[in-house]
Amino acid sequence: MNDTTVFGLTMLVVGMGGTLATLFLITIVIRLLCAFFPVRPDDKEEKK
Amino acid sequence: MSDAILSALGALFEGVRFLFSNGGPNVIMIAVACVMFWLAIAKGVEPLLLLPIGFGCLLVNLPLSEVMQADGVLKTLYDFGIGNELFPLLIFVGIGSMTDFSPLLANPRLLLFGAAGQLGIFITLLLALALGFSKEEAVSVAAIGACDGPTVIYVSNMFAGMDRIPTAMVGALAVAAYSYMALVPVIQPPIMRLLTTRKEREVKMPSPKGKISKAALIAFPIVVTVITGIVAPKGLPLMGMIMLGNFMKVTGVVPRLASAAENEIANISTLFLGLAIGGTMAGPQFLTRETLMVFGLGLVAITIDTVGGILLGKLWYLLSGGKVNPLVGAAGISAYPMAARLVQNEGQRWNKHNYLLMHAMAANTGGQIGSVMAAAIMLSLLKGLGII
Repeated sequence: MNDTTVFGLTMLVVGMGGTLATLFLITIVIRLLCAFFPVRPDDKEEKK
Repeated sequence: MSDAILSALGALFEGVRFLFSNGGPNVIMIAVACVMFWLAIAKGVEPLLLLPIGFGCLLVNLPLSEVMQADGVLKTLYDFGIGNELFPLLIFVGIGSMTDFSPLLANPRLLLFGAAGQLGIFITLLLALALGFSKEEAVSVAAIGACDGPTVIYVSNMFAGMDRIPTAMVGALAVAAYSYMALVPVIQPPIMRLLTTRKEREVKMPSPKGKISKAALIAFPIVVTVITGIVAPKGLPLMGMIMLGNFMKVTGVVPRLASAAENEIANISTLFLGLAIGGTMAGPQFLTRETLMVFGLGLVAITIDTVGGILLGKLWYLLSGGKVNPLVGAAGISAYPMAARLVQNEGQRWNKHNYLLMHAMAANTGGQIGSVMAAAIMLSLLKGLGII
């Protein structure tokens, strides 16, 4: 494989894989955030 | 005396002489500017961008125009805010303050659609390389798949600043990106119908349960900024500015700043960015075979983005036993909130009791994060490979 093809495939595999992995990490972090910071009564009142 | 008068008159008609001698490309670009005006005014297609871009294009293509020469007004704007990527970043602050991430926080797994919706970026990169574009040009063209004008301008201009791509290509990329963003309602529905069955399109998804605390909403932009900084530091300015805008909004303690980011800053930056980008569209440099290829590849990028999102939706539909509507995957692009509304409309078209909007909004905000993350990761990979 020539240099350009190697570059393109590297970007595809690592780029797409990296994006997917990072966003998956963020979904876990969001779940943790929602668990650590649950809705409290004053939040609900504020929304009202 | 008569010689002086004739010379003076000759100077006045120099522009006309230029148009008739070698002004063909300029005339074509003036026509392109008029088409942009027509789209913006008569059709309402991205008027905020196409109007100033069109006017910049008109100004730079008038015969003997000096607006893009040293100290010219558009060149000054270009150097002030595009050459150093300032304007796209300021627009990102505004976008962040306009975005509501609470549907995403209520249903975080939909963020994965934001990753699938970036497939077009990387496939287009391969195609562009195969068509003979240089690595930097291919990355810039692929960025159109982010469905996000400021990201495209940020990435491509970085390469233009290093003289790795022609400056005129930045204009072509920006116009292609904004045009295709405006055409999302035309591009996406046929793909949605082609790739899904009627049964899949009719799937009802229950409303997301659970409210999000203010503390979680405040912590979210900080956490995403930190993760981006660690994983893909080259893209930190992009993500950091979006999250700054959102942070100002959700804290609620700086309403004036949040309002300024959403209105004055975003509006002024959009005007200056549009004019300066239009200024890069000088006919002789713009009218090339590469420009046509950029437009073609841009369409491919957005099409594959949509396909990627829907295919993940179909996989999810199978794995969940038919509980996820694959149409939601089409919202995993950055065109916010247009893509989410399209999914809602398409869902209701096949099942009048279907309310997919909140799920689609979650996927759509996921698409915003995903597009910036993909660009950030691409830039960091390029640095790792020693290309930038």
